[in-house]
Parts: sequence; C-alpha cells; structure tokens
Amino acid sequence: MSEAVIKVENLKKWFPVRMGFFTSLAARKELYVKAVDGVSFEIRKGEIFGLAGESGSGKTTTSRLILRLIEPTAGRIFFKGKDITHLDENQMKLLRRKMQIVFQDPYESLNPRMTVGDIIAEPLRILHATNSEKELEERVRQVLEDAELSPPEEFIFRYPHELSGGQRQRVATARAFVLNPEFVAADEPVSMLDVSTRAEILKLMGSFVEKYGTSFLYITHDLALSRHMCDRIAVMYLGKIVELGTTDQVIYETFHPYTKALISAVPVPDPSSKRIEVVIKGEIPSPINPPPGCRFHTRCPSYMGDVCRQKEPPLIDLGNGHLVACHLYGSK
Amino acid sequence: MTLLDVDALTIHYSTQRGPVRAAENVSFKLEKGEALGLAGESGCGKTTVALSLLRILPFNGKILGGKIIFKGRDIVKLSEDELRNQIRWKGISLIFQGAMNALNPVYRIEDQIVEAIKTHEPNTAKKEAKERVAKLFELVGLDPSRTRNYPHEFSGGMKQRAMIAMALACNPEILIADEPGTALDVIVQAQVLKLMSELRKKLNLAIIMISHDLSIISETCDNLAIMYAGKLVELGDIFSMFKKPLHPYTQGLIQAFPNIKEERRKMYSIPGSPPNLLKPPSGCRFHPRCSYAMEICREKEPIPLKIDENHLVACHLYQ
Repeated sequence: MSEAVIKVENLKKWFPVRMGFFTSLAARKELYVKAVDGVSFEIRKGEIFGLAGESGSGKTTTSRLILRLIEPTAGRIFFKGKDITHLDENQMKLLRRKMQIVFQDPYESLNPRMTVGDIIAEPLRILHATNSEKELEERVRQVLEDAELSPPEEFIFRYPHELSGGQRQRVATARAFVLNPEFVAADEPVSMLDVSTRAEILKLMGSFVEKYGTSFLYITHDLALSRHMCDRIAVMYLGKIVELGTTDQVIYETFHPYTKALISAVPVPDPSSKRIEVVIKGEIPSPINPPPGCRFHTRCPSYMGDVCRQKEPPLIDLGNGHLVACHLYGSK
Repeated sequence: MTLLDVDALTIHYSTQRGPVRAAENVSFKLEKGEALGLAGESGCGKTTVALSLLRILPFNGKILGGKIIFKGRDIVKLSEDELRNQIRWKGISLIFQGAMNALNPVYRIEDQIVEAIKTHEPNTAKKEAKERVAKLFELVGLDPSRTRNYPHEFSGGMKQRAMIAMALACNPEILIADEPGTALDVIVQAQVLKLMSELRKKLNLAIIMISHDLSIISETCDNLAIMYAGKLVELGDIFSMFKKPLHPYTQGLIQAFPNIKEERRKMYSIPGSPPNLLKPPSGCRFHPRCSYAMEICREKEPIPLKIDENHLVACHLYQ
C-alpha cells in the first residue's frame, strides 16, 4: 500500500447557530450545525478518492477543512505524515503550493477582469515559484497545453467571458495544477457543465492526476460519474462516513442501506432496465439536531429498532479495507 | 386524433446582433398518455420549443413559421384571450425549470395555486378552488393540512411536488416538465420522477420531459427526440434510440452518459462545443463536430428521413 498523502482523524466541524438574544435565553445552550462530525480517512499517493452524498452531508466542509480554509472544531489533519491542524498562516502558505482546489462554478471562480494567462500565473507569482518572468511564461504555456487549451497563444490573452463553461473549467483546472501540487480537491467540478463536456473535464483531470501523480479528492453527488472516475469512494450521511471502500466494493458489494438506496436512485441510461426504485422516504434531516443513534435510522428500510435508535454504529472493517457503519453488520 | 402535432416550427429571437435561430423546422407528434423526452445540450432550443407550445416566449422570441395543432386547433393563430381561457393550464401546463425559485416566497402556497385556478377558470368560487388545492396536495403526496404554508417551510422535494400540484390544477392533458430533476438530490429526484410516472398513468396525461439528462428520460419516457443547435436531429421510440442510435450526435450523447451498472471505462465526450446560433454552420449544423462529416454535410442540409415505423433521423449517412 502506498503512503497516505492526506490523512484525517476524527475530524469535526460544528458551526454555531446564530440566535437572537431571547431565543438563546430560551434555548439555554448553544446550538450547532454538526456539518462534519467525526470523519476519518486517508488519501493515498496518486489516488482519486471520491466523497459522495446528498447535499448537506458535509462533503464540501470536509474538503475545506483539509485545505485549512476553515478551522476544524476537533480532530487532526495530516499532510504526508505531518500534523498540519494547527499550523499558522505563514507555515500554511508554504504548504498551499502543494495543496490546491478546483471550485464548483467556473462562472464564479475566475476573476472576470484577469486574462487567462494572468489567472494561471497568479499562484506562481504569489508563491514566487519561478525564478524569472520567462520561466513563468513557459510554465503557463505548458500547463495550458496540458489542459488542451491549445495553441496557448490563443488563450493567454483572452478573458473568461470569451470562453465556454468547459473551457473555463479547464482554466480552473490548469490553475490548480500549475504549481505541480501533491494534492488537489475538486468540489463538484462538473455539476455546472453540460453533459457532453462533463466527461471531457473529468478525463482531463484524470490525465493530470496520472501525469503528475497527484492525490485527488473528488466531491460529488453523482455516483454514476464517480463510478468511472474514482479508485475509492466514501459515502457520507449527515456529517459521518457510512461506507468506504474501493469503487467496486461500494458499487457491487454494497453493505450500508443508505448506499444501496443511493445507488438504486441513480437513473440508468438504458430503457430495458426500467425501474425507478425508491427505497427510502423523505429527505435528509437537519444537521442541527441529528437523529440519535444511527443518523440514518429515521429513513432506513432495514431499521432494527432500539439498537439503531440508541447506539451509534462504529465504522468497522468487513475485510479488504471495506468499511461500513451499520448495526446490521455489527455482530460479524 | 393526434393530441399535439407540431409541424415545421421555426422560432427566432431578435437581438441587436441579428436573429438567433433558436429552433428551425421542428416537427413532432404527441399522443394521449404518451411521454416524450426532449434532450440536447444547453442552448439547443429545447426550452424555446416548450415555451412556444404555451406561447409564453420572451418578448423578443417570434414564431416565424409552422403549426402547433392541439386537438385540431392551431395554437400559433389563437388570440391571447383564447390562449388564457382555453389552452394554458386547461390544455397544456408547464412545470418551470428550477422549482426551488419558481414559487413566490411572500405568498402562501395555497394562494398561489388558487391564483392559477382563478386566472384560467374565472368562474370558480374561492372556496371551491381551495378545496381543489387540498385534493391536489393529496394527489402529489403532500400533507393537505399544509396548504397554508409558505414556500420556505417546504424542502426542495416538497416545493417540486407543490409545483406539480400547481401544474395539474386545471386538469391539463399535456404536462411539460422543464428539467424536473436538476437541483434535486438523487433520492428526491427519484421520488419526483416516480410520482410523475404514477400521475401519468392515473390521469392519462401526456408528458413532455425536457432534460439534458438522458438517463432521466430513459427511465420515464416512451419516445425520445434529440435536438442539436435548434434542429431536431433524431426522433424515435426509446428502445431503438438507445439500442441503435443512428445520428452521430445521438451516439455521442448516449456514450457520454456514464452508467453506474457498467464496468469502469474511459469516459467519452463529444469534441468541440455547440455553435453560435447567430451564425449556425452551413449544411448539417453538426458537421464541424462530426467524425463522419463528408463533403455534402457542409453544403446541404439533411432532411429528416423515416428509417422505420417509429424512427426518424436527419443525417446524410442515411439519405
């Protein structure tokens, strides 16, 4: 097994709920949105790790915690074995060149007043990553070429509004990879794009990962895409990981009832397998007051009564690194 | 009799830079109780076609030619009054894209649905309309005691259900759903699609499902029409469209769709991007992106050709 580039241990992020003066008196205690509540996993070198789940499950918060864009409430984050949980801004700045992010919406994440060349050069300039202006330009050209925005001369002086959504996301990807980082997080990088360009952008990200040996965190709600993209997948529900394993394990040997429901709800582009199965009812509950015990018990089709309602299931290994948190498998 | 017969519909948007040729020569038919999927990339004209069926195009959109025959009457020729009192909502209704934001946040949901009923059926008493709202809530799986709630008290899936209830308020025969699944989580999306399929059977509704997501259409529709750059390029029943897609664009689109049940594979995408409709390419509009493009594709526009009983394609490979 290759080394872990990113490792998180029991990571938590609780956002305090802002209340009015009288409400807080009445409530008598502080309320929290438990966005991420005790998450542990590792991402290995050169691996594409998928984080899947419905909106509100804590996927995005997890990625921001790893990059230290927000401060964790508890838990530890390791980058290549080094604890980075409490590094200050100056120390983090050195690390930032090795950790990058691609945002969801390429229409919002590129500065409309900067040219493509400047956008991609900015991280190099901020971190003084090149020795001369000439070297910088060389690097920008090369990464544009890698992002299949060629010939580079044609794109360097363009502004974001002159590009299509797919091209913008290529620019955002090039910007993330220009520093040759060891870890890149991509938060729903294709959900704003058209179907025909989605595959193209994911393919591009895949080729960057292969070329630079980067570790890649892919955050998505689309299991069908992660099935073809990821090496390993973790499924989150209300701030907890409920299942984690290789893509084949999670898709074919699914254990957790929530993962099963999620997979059966994915529409299949094949009319001969007509079946919309809706196994579970309702929507994800509020993370302010998550259900006690197993958080999924309110919607679970295999609900077993008291044990699910009272005791929180631990994440246990059922063999070959396939982890699941469910009382159905507790006795094994 | 065919319920809806759209024949050679052409719609342009006038802009300062010239006409945007959003839909040209679009023809299709819809029978009672049939579900038709209309698919294509963004900007291909799917929503334009849908809005034209109700004649609610933006002010700069004009129907330049073609017919929309609904139960023997041409919608293109009807007056505003006739449309409001006879066609909109009573004949054809629409679930708008982005149900999350389609409800007015400062009015109770009941009042919004009552307004829809009173607009199209002015003779309904208010009390009767309110009773109808409660029945509609039940029909779409919402708690009838919550009709007096405001939209912010509903979750995303519940808002989508309320939008469906509103669309069904005047017993339409055709329901158009514009991207009913987007912005919803997979599980909620599956619940909504299932509800629509059930309603279709129960009420014998004809549905036009507009989506860029072929997998949603394959789950819910009988027929599929593919649009590209304002043209209908292929039309057929869902099985032959998925098993034997003829048009290179359809083939690419279907391949670009990952199937969760398949082995892991390299992802496929169609090279290039859709053309600018101010100046669409000559001949077949797909030729700059097509790997089979021939000389004739640049020069002559392909006409839709019947390949078999239920399958039409507009491509020079088959002419």
